[in-house]
Amino acid sequence: MAVLVLAELDNGILSPATARIVAAAAQLGPVDLLVPGPHAAAEAAAGIAGIAKVMVSDTDLLAESLVALVSTLAVRYRYLVSSASTLGKDVMPRLAGTLDIQPVTDIVAIEGENRFTRPIYAGNALETVIDNQARHVLTFRASAFRPAASGNAAPIETIDSPTASAARFIAAHRSESDVPDLATAQIVVGGGVAVGSTEGFQLIEKLGKTLGAAIGATRAAVDAGFAPNDWQIGQTGKIIAPDLYIAIGISGALQHLAGIQGARKIIAINADAEAPLVKIADLALIGDLFEIVPQLTAELERLGVKR
Amino acid sequence: MKILVAVKRVVDHNVRIRVRPDGSGVETNGVRMSMNPFCKHAVEAAVQLAEAGQASEIVVVSIGPKAANDVILTALAMGAHRGLLIETDDNLETLAIAKLLARVVAEEQPDLVLLGKQAVDDDSNHVGQMLAALTDRPQATFASAIKLSGGALEVTREVDYGRETLALPLPAIVTADLRLNNPRNAALPMVMKARAKPLALRPAAEFGVDLAPRLRIENISPPPERVAGQIVGSVADLAARIAAEIDAMEAS
Repeated sequence: MAVLVLAELDNGILSPATARIVAAAAQLGPVDLLVPGPHAAAEAAAGIAGIAKVMVSDTDLLAESLVALVSTLAVRYRYLVSSASTLGKDVMPRLAGTLDIQPVTDIVAIEGENRFTRPIYAGNALETVIDNQARHVLTFRASAFRPAASGNAAPIETIDSPTASAARFIAAHRSESDVPDLATAQIVVGGGVAVGSTEGFQLIEKLGKTLGAAIGATRAAVDAGFAPNDWQIGQTGKIIAPDLYIAIGISGALQHLAGIQGARKIIAINADAEAPLVKIADLALIGDLFEIVPQLTAELERLGVKR
Repeated sequence: MKILVAVKRVVDHNVRIRVRPDGSGVETNGVRMSMNPFCKHAVEAAVQLAEAGQASEIVVVSIGPKAANDVILTALAMGAHRGLLIETDDNLETLAIAKLLARVVAEEQPDLVLLGKQAVDDDSNHVGQMLAALTDRPQATFASAIKLSGGALEVTREVDYGRETLALPLPAIVTADLRLNNPRNAALPMVMKARAKPLALRPAAEFGVDLAPRLRIENISPPPERVAGQIVGSVADLAARIAAEIDAMEAS
């Protein structure tokens, strides 16, 4: 049965999350992709394996506009899917309300055509639900799925966007950076409140740069002003699932642990051997992060680790 | 301006939860319950608008068992004016909650509805957006700043790429994120005063909304446990292990 996936864009550019959502959605049926953005993004999307057709619409990204657009297409699809990003979280429940469907969101595993697993209580429990509705509104956590391959050349169709939103976009405050996206990065280096300052975070960033890693932070470090909001990992921030997570000066509050459940390997650098994060780490080095991190960066550079 | 705030009673966010061994759910008996933290930010935002002379009445509504009166009283102690408990012992899905709230919106006609962005039990993050759909009002989710000027709202939202600012005509729906404000702890005299404020109780069935669940929860299980690994002795050792890890990653 056919699936409509809402593509994930960042600043008009197709986000790497999209290929992951497409791979997940393809388990449910043939995928059409809706790209709410420029034609160049649609062309990039057309290369993702498993897509039957790309539809592109020059719409704004406000919830009302996107819900109006998807609603006009919805009748042709059994599944309406997006990433569990801030965009997907904003749009999909509103779409579900419009279509009188109970959505299933933040899915981390597809167990069958109507059987899905999602975390609850900040990842401290996993809930498996059966969704017997005729149509499904779903969001998937991009980090829980591998990306689809490339090499496709799906046809692109331009569609009109029906209405404008009553809300109006005023301004974006974008944190410019050339580091990989946290939610889909293969390696993440994270810092906690023990990092102590924005200058301290420069040590974390330097290590991250050596490893080609995304940079994250705990809520406490963000609240203390050491790191920007969009670096926050945890229940109320971003959920990560890298192959390698290096947690520096992070004790491991419940809400942070909720965001890193999906990490394949965890390395902790901490002064406290009894910290909860050290207790769940695959590898830990106990000591002063201000000594260890610069040494580690230098040692990795000496070993020729460069990605 | 009249504000409606919806609040939820959940397992206190500092409690380490326990999954029942039979897979039927998370143990809530004998566990400390309190107002969902994000709902507290929503209440605080409403109270601050009232204190700034921009809101004349704050109505707080909760949906749940009789014990959910507690969280309404907390909101009244923080400064809300009157409360409504829509009583049900069933665990309602977010769509049913949004439908009940839509009825309350139709009755109360608030200019602004404030909610927490998500509840820390089911982590759904649905209700504000669904209520916006059902009442055909504009929405701003994950708000970290709200400014009212000339009958319109300017809301700053926390999004994946950073922050963005929207303008919303009223009436509108806004959901609160953590950095919106620092919720107050009500002083004892306010707690005493809260008990004298009007608090209506109405059964959920009275609203004529279909509350039947659409989904079936098959199982609730604890996440796979991580076990403690190894303590390495030196930076050189750690660097070698990281280098080996990255080699393996590149090879796969």
